[in-house]
Amino acid sequence: MDLSFLAIQALNGLSSASSLFITACGLTLVFGVTRIVNFAHGSLYMIGAYTAATLVPRLLEFSFGPVTFWAGILASAIVVGLIGVLIEVLLLRRIYGAPELFQLLATFGVVLVVQDVTILIFGPEDILGPRAPGLRAPVEILGRRFPSYELVLIAAGPVVLGLVWLLLRRTRFGVLVRAATQDREMIAALGVNQALLFTGTLFLGAFLAGLGGALQIPRVSAHAGMDLSIIAEAFVVTVVGGMGSVPGAFLAAILIGQLQAFGILIFPKSTLVVVFLLMAVVLAVRPYGFFGRPEAIGGTHAVGVASRERSPFATLAALAVIGVLAALPLIGDAYVLKVATEILIFALFAFSLQLLIGVGGLVSFGHAAFFGLGAYGSALAVKWLALPMETAIPAGLLLAALGAALIGAFVVRLSGIYLAMMTLAAAQIVFAVAFQWVDVTGGDNGIVGVWPSAWASGPITYYLFTLAITAAVILLLMRVIDAPFGYALRAARDSTARAEAIGLHIRRHRWLAFTISGAAAGLAGGIYAFSRGSVDPTLLGIPTSVDALTMLLIGGIQTVTGPLVGAGVLHVLRDQIMPLTSLWRLVLGLSIIAIVLVFPRGIVGTLRAWREERA
Amino acid sequence: MTLLSVQHLGKSFGGVAAARDVSFTLQRGEMLAIIGPNGAGKSTVFNMVGGQLRPDRGTVLLDGRNITAASPQMRFRLGVGRTFQVAQTFLSMSVAENVQMALVSRRRESGALWSPARSRCRDEAVTLLERVGMADAADHPCSALAYGDVKRVELAIALAGHPKLLLMDEPTAGMAARERADLMDLTASIADAEGIGVLFTEHDMDVVFGHAERVIVLVRGQTIATGSPEDIRQDPDVRRAYLGDEHALEKPKGMDSA
Repeated sequence: MDLSFLAIQALNGLSSASSLFITACGLTLVFGVTRIVNFAHGSLYMIGAYTAATLVPRLLEFSFGPVTFWAGILASAIVVGLIGVLIEVLLLRRIYGAPELFQLLATFGVVLVVQDVTILIFGPEDILGPRAPGLRAPVEILGRRFPSYELVLIAAGPVVLGLVWLLLRRTRFGVLVRAATQDREMIAALGVNQALLFTGTLFLGAFLAGLGGALQIPRVSAHAGMDLSIIAEAFVVTVVGGMGSVPGAFLAAILIGQLQAFGILIFPKSTLVVVFLLMAVVLAVRPYGFFGRPEAIGGTHAVGVASRERSPFATLAALAVIGVLAALPLIGDAYVLKVATEILIFALFAFSLQLLIGVGGLVSFGHAAFFGLGAYGSALAVKWLALPMETAIPAGLLLAALGAALIGAFVVRLSGIYLAMMTLAAAQIVFAVAFQWVDVTGGDNGIVGVWPSAWASGPITYYLFTLAITAAVILLLMRVIDAPFGYALRAARDSTARAEAIGLHIRRHRWLAFTISGAAAGLAGGIYAFSRGSVDPTLLGIPTSVDALTMLLIGGIQTVTGPLVGAGVLHVLRDQIMPLTSLWRLVLGLSIIAIVLVFPRGIVGTLRAWREERA
Repeated sequence: MTLLSVQHLGKSFGGVAAARDVSFTLQRGEMLAIIGPNGAGKSTVFNMVGGQLRPDRGTVLLDGRNITAASPQMRFRLGVGRTFQVAQTFLSMSVAENVQMALVSRRRESGALWSPARSRCRDEAVTLLERVGMADAADHPCSALAYGDVKRVELAIALAGHPKLLLMDEPTAGMAARERADLMDLTASIADAEGIGVLFTEHDMDVVFGHAERVIVLVRGQTIATGSPEDIRQDPDVRRAYLGDEHALEKPKGMDSA
């Protein structure tokens, strides 16, 4: 390992830092002004790459030269900026006042829509972009060859930083953006045209995302999946830098770029882990990142479960539902039972999340981590320890509970959007471990041969086994929600100041909530592993976390039973619609957006409001 | 006997001294008001006594025990109850449940996982609500109450901790004149009956001169006067501090000098 090699690694780090900064800069600007964490920012980046990879070669056919190339890149970024405007006008404008969870979910709905639409427009194949005219020959640095395009990228980061700085300092628009970042209500009170300001900010943010994506085309081909990989990194950059801070994003991007470049030498397989560990460490020391500021009091607006008179028929209804479910094997065939088993598992998974979100107001965006830890814990126990199902499932539960206790210890200091980002990061760490530690976890292929014990192996018995466990645990959790512990969680959600003033130890309660919730999710994961016979990293991915959140959303976040209904509805819909169309993500994304906009109370919540109005 | 002793308290925010060398004492059963123009540092002093802010300098003693660095939770255990400038209650719960929550916490049962919360300490909560005149609303959702009633509920919550010291930050802000007098009469009678020391900040001079036994005047973070309401009213420094609002310190109409 000589000096020249280290220099090249450092340059590589700087060039990826530049790209990352350009993209993350847009995300942090948009957050600063609108207070929305735009999940779709990665999608805009992807559109930028696809547009440029399609547009630039055509332009180069007309007139070959560097000017055409760079004009094409700029044009692609402008197209993406306009798409950003469209998203602001059609969607974001309607959810500025909504709870953070709804904002995150709605923009994730856009992610799903864009994924399918991108494939519709650009096709399923990766698109390899042209190389930049005039920059094809590598340059020699300390005796090693280095792509000259990368040098241009290294310069692009500081140039964009400079231009954004000028824009923020020297223009009226910039003054308004900075003012809104500091105090949004004041801006409104001063009579500033907010609609224009927000739309303009979205254009700028989307433009930067598009630019970041378009600049990639000579390096990597445009492909589906680049949206989620960049958004995870961009989140880390904005959170580490401090949300809303452009210089913070720059500093964080450089740090992460270098960490990735040199981390690969030390831990060749765990670059993702290194990046997210950095975020965990920074947030543990500075809960608001390098240059971020705590939100003013009253900044969060958690919605959730409220006290209600318990209906005298509640117990009866619960027994009736369990009775009907227990009788299902009498009428359903093996396929129906398989679907029903999965619904029960996901109902438990969603319900465990409801303890955190609906009761505690803790928007966990990485709940898949615990589900996956339970599944992997069980599968690993089978593979490496040759344990039978009866002990492998508790082993998975234990692993998930330990993981939740560890992650919980980090995140209970945080609130609102920082907590959501941190849980997401934690889940990505777990995902990265499962994906990259091939020797133990089987990597991409996962682990197969996770079959239940003989007595439980038939579809009927496994269904009944699942029903017994999920029903028991859900009833148990309902008691916890009704007990002083559940009330204390709600108290901390409703008013932190009041909860502290009556002596409640908020962090301790929240930590225990994380552990309990993680254990329950892990149990669901373990049962799921045995129902399928295998596990793979998708169980730990962002889409699995979003599935659970969608179930809460469909059922109703303010209701205790909502997530159970939501799990059933989502699963049945997926089962019915998926075979009919290849555009399932489009349908799901539009549905999520529609629910956020039209039925924010979900099915159970809407039904209840309707019934109470009639009464 | 001295319940609360605040000595040489100081706090700065980025170069602005919000409180400088503030000292005072409070006796059991006494009602002590902190007044001063906007930005005088009333809330800062208040939050340092309540544990929401950590002072840069000085000490806070409760019953002779140093609580300067104690958390709000710790202060609750030691007998500090408080109400907030903007009332802080648990809006997702019923009125009684709000008080029950405080009672459950006092008994250190807030981590209990099994038996339902809504039946715990119910009778004691209703008794407390009776004292503040809110027993009829025990089962109403807290979110449906008028603001004056929320303030009463907050008082009941604070009393649930069996406080020795009650901190009330602008207890009557946002209330109608009639409600203000009622709430403060109620507070005074409870404080008197149970020997609770009450420290409150207030903008309404009727409330201050009608209910405080002693008054501290803060201006730009410093104490400029301490004394009985009558002394304060006569104090030339205080009059100067309230210049431009000369009538602020005049006797409320229809009240004779006590």
